[in-house]
Amino acid sequence: MSRLDTLKEQIRKALPDLDLVIGWERGFDPFHATPFHIKEEADIDRLIFDATCVHNLASFLTGLAGKKVGVVVKGCDSRTVVQLIQEKLIDRESVVIFGLPCTGVLDKAKLKAAVDLTRVSALDVDGDTVRITSGDETVEKDLKDLQATKCDSCKYPNPLEFDHLAGKPVEPHGDEAVQYDRIKAFEDTPVEERFDFWVGEMDRCIRCYACRNACPLCVCRDHCIGDSRDPHWLSQETDIRNKWMFQLIHAMHLAGRCTECGECERACPMDIPVLMFKKKLSSIVKDLFNYESGVDPTAVPPLFTFQVDEETINERGW
Amino acid sequence: MPVMDGRELRIVGFLCNWCSYGGADTAGVARFDQPTDLRIVRLPCTGRMDPLFVIKALLSGADGVLVSGCHPRDCHYSEGNFYARRRLEVLKQFLPVTGIDPERFEYTWVSASEGQKWQEVVTKFTERIHTLGPAPVIADAAERLKAANLG
Repeated sequence: MSRLDTLKEQIRKALPDLDLVIGWERGFDPFHATPFHIKEEADIDRLIFDATCVHNLASFLTGLAGKKVGVVVKGCDSRTVVQLIQEKLIDRESVVIFGLPCTGVLDKAKLKAAVDLTRVSALDVDGDTVRITSGDETVEKDLKDLQATKCDSCKYPNPLEFDHLAGKPVEPHGDEAVQYDRIKAFEDTPVEERFDFWVGEMDRCIRCYACRNACPLCVCRDHCIGDSRDPHWLSQETDIRNKWMFQLIHAMHLAGRCTECGECERACPMDIPVLMFKKKLSSIVKDLFNYESGVDPTAVPPLFTFQVDEETINERGW
Repeated sequence: MPVMDGRELRIVGFLCNWCSYGGADTAGVARFDQPTDLRIVRLPCTGRMDPLFVIKALLSGADGVLVSGCHPRDCHYSEGNFYARRRLEVLKQFLPVTGIDPERFEYTWVSASEGQKWQEVVTKFTERIHTLGPAPVIADAAERLKAANLG
């Protein structure tokens, strides 16, 4: 039985006790999947799982409080669920987790650069090969070249927390050591260049807030301080300063919480590398507090606590 | 008060009410010489410090930001500065990737009796900011980039 069939069977069994199950269905073309709520048994047949299932479905969980919800997660998404449990934002008892070992998801931007997507009629992923058919022509590409950057350094391809697991666990295939290379190289450039870089990037931001809306840990919803008039953190102006400030608010509010699912950067229509901020914060938190978010449901996030004597913080003597 | 061009820079100080604000007061009462670049915002406790205060100040044209509170274990509210220490340290290490010079931000601890130390902290920090010069202006950078793209 294939991984998908196992998953469907598990959902079929669990569905009577649940209000809904969140999964993916095929989108408007072969390289898009779209999140999908399974409410009755007939819906289960529409469920899919392959490398186009990029969305972190844990984003929906906080909005469905009070309901008994099933959620389908990949390894990285399961970290988000764990983090939400850690912060008591969702109740473990009211969530049923369907875990899937994952071998990497596609990056739409990379796909677009590699092939002309306008005429694509079929796309399928077989192991490490991506087969793309447009018209009567089929090209084969290596998944490694087309997968999301986060998958290159993936450490948790298997769900960390689940009630049902479909398919066999896979070996971590990413190289963890390379994950901070981009940031290290960036930090080695002079500070003036880094300043100019972000001014240029933020200039392109259209303040659509897709990054915030896609973020599974941005749970304030209507109370986001980016929208508030009192306190007035941001004005309605579309200048670079306000846009930059917004991105830094988003990043700082995820310090020690972000599970690096990369939804912010994926959702960005302007391809601004906002994940860099969050990656950096995760590496700081790892260095300072030896903590990784979304790994242990019982751990206390590092900024929610303290130690009287911090061994890793240099008391700034003057 | 308008900034005196070239001679004075804008430095924002966030001081806790119980220690560092008192320390600054002690320094004033003792008539210690201090640079006048620092504008003080009084907080009830450094636990009130949202790291975003610092970022907002630096992006809005401040040339430097100094945060000062009670020494660890001396917090008026027992543990406010312990939380602040973690947040501010994370911020300090985070600034390089944001393109903001981390040297423009510093946090330290000064108690109410340490007037002398306060004078030292303010003088050193102000000197440091003067060495760095005025903070880069976003509008200038945008102009530069526009010119580079056209040229």
